[in-house]
Amino acid sequence: MSVQPAGAHGAASERVPHQPVFVGANREKIDALFARYPTKAACLLPALWIVQEVRGWISEPSIGEVAKLLDLTPAYVKGVVTFYTMYHTHPVGRHFIQVCTTTPCNICGAEDVVRALLEASGCGELGATSPDGRFTVIEVECLGACGFATPILVDDDFIENVTPDKVPGILQRYP
Amino acid sequence: MGFPHPIHPKETPVLSQHFGEVEARSFDGWVNRGGYQGLRKALGMTREAIIEEVKGSGLRGRGGAGFPTGLKWSFMPKEVTRPHYLLCNADESEPGTFKDREIMRWTPHALIEGCAIASYAIGAVRCYIYIRGEFTDPLEVMAAAVEEAYAKGALGGNVFGSGKRIEMVIHRGAGAYICGEETAMMNSLEGKRGNPRIKPPFPAVAGLFGMPTTINNVETLAAVPHIMVRGAEWYKGLCLSNPKSTGTKLISICGHVQRPGNYEVTMGTPVKEILYDMAGGPRPGRTFKAVIPGGSSVPIMTAQEAEEALFDYEGIVAKGSMLGSAGMIVMDDTTDMVYQIWRLARFYAHESCAQCTQCREGTAWTARILERILSGKGKQEDFQLLLDLSENMTGKTICVLSDSCAAPVVSGIQKFRGEFEAYIAGAREPAMAAV
Repeated sequence: MSVQPAGAHGAASERVPHQPVFVGANREKIDALFARYPTKAACLLPALWIVQEVRGWISEPSIGEVAKLLDLTPAYVKGVVTFYTMYHTHPVGRHFIQVCTTTPCNICGAEDVVRALLEASGCGELGATSPDGRFTVIEVECLGACGFATPILVDDDFIENVTPDKVPGILQRYP
Repeated sequence: MGFPHPIHPKETPVLSQHFGEVEARSFDGWVNRGGYQGLRKALGMTREAIIEEVKGSGLRGRGGAGFPTGLKWSFMPKEVTRPHYLLCNADESEPGTFKDREIMRWTPHALIEGCAIASYAIGAVRCYIYIRGEFTDPLEVMAAAVEEAYAKGALGGNVFGSGKRIEMVIHRGAGAYICGEETAMMNSLEGKRGNPRIKPPFPAVAGLFGMPTTINNVETLAAVPHIMVRGAEWYKGLCLSNPKSTGTKLISICGHVQRPGNYEVTMGTPVKEILYDMAGGPRPGRTFKAVIPGGSSVPIMTAQEAEEALFDYEGIVAKGSMLGSAGMIVMDDTTDMVYQIWRLARFYAHESCAQCTQCREGTAWTARILERILSGKGKQEDFQLLLDLSENMTGKTICVLSDSCAAPVVSGIQKFRGEFEAYIAGAREPAMAAV
């Protein structure tokens, strides 16, 4: 049994020409997944996770590769990719930061955390990547940790009880 | 033990008893705490007997709808002529709710055991546990636990030597609130956009991959092993008011309280005890203003209404709201209600799958009208406009997302109208620049 691993974001850069993702170990991974679902299409979300883990984002050539792998059309795959907020359709910083600002966190000062993150990361505005390529910060809806306001996700690290004063120290851990 | 706070004397810890104990995460640690006795017992029973036991316990769905669990299971075809599926809804994303996350990250085997019992009871060929993509820790813990359960014979082709097969797969979501809606979840798992489906057909007839499917929430399934071991009568006895609401319920409390966190109470506990005794009451010098008792999708209660309510399905309805997922968002007198209602509308606008016009347009326009009010450009007519819009968003769509957006708006205007008036009259500084 295995889960689709919650891999690191931004591991690879799209500046490297497109290489097929589903070869070698990744091919084995997807073949093992095929056995767990009655249709190939059901492996779409897991396959996209593998692509993002390997390449850092999901490009048009990757969409084409996944479509071919699962006997789907690229348009269909793109429709699915764009439905979900966690798939990146463009390259992001080495560390991808998601901050919850929905009501429960909002009343506990989440917007101050956002400001602190934008300033300390050098991103300046939401969705932008810092000039050094290190961070991208986005606002997200409820992360499901409302009692630990404000939670943030840095790549796959779920960090609770973030306050503006803790932000610089947290960012230091992500070179 | 309790997490993040020690168990309060007024709590009834059943599901949360081992929260905070790292050892409880392993198979052996779980067995040492009485784990897998429920599954072993169930394997010696008939499928019908298990369903009867769950029916008798009065257990109701803990995800929000409160549908009787045993009854839901009994809707599955008696004869297994096609693959049956169990789908565990671990896509917890209702604002204010964070209980399933704690069940998964502290007691993963409780969920696996519950899923295994349910799988057997409904004749499922496989159980999928759909965990939201952002829950990286619960994903890791659950994946390791499922792997261990296979290795120890609690899952696989011959569970505990019974000759019965139970299969389980963890499926990772990718960020979409709507996938917590059961038919959207089925579409998502099938590799589609997470658009809800029209019902009927109901999942027990044509669900996942078109096959008979039962969908249960994490907390519901985690309660099942306890019912197997201690019996329906014991569970039914956990009730302080209405006999239709039985058992314990995890309450997630967040916002302006001294001790936010999860608390497990017997159904029927006074909300006042939860707010003041368990969660520690308001911050120093502050008073409570409003409570959203069941996740953000239910009507807002004034603090007074909440404090007079009993905490169970009927008790909250009696005071004008709903128990929902029991994610309790508490707001004190510092809260700008208009701003927070706008923030909720923005949430629903963002999360609308955009299939139904009433929802796609309604949620977005609700947010924009509230922005107009917050920027000091609101008009008296905006009240009626928002209420008309909400009326058109209620009961008119495939799923209840747009109803959920309307609930806080309508109740907010009803109960906190003065705060809207203050923005419209210019008596309050605009909270945002004009749009």
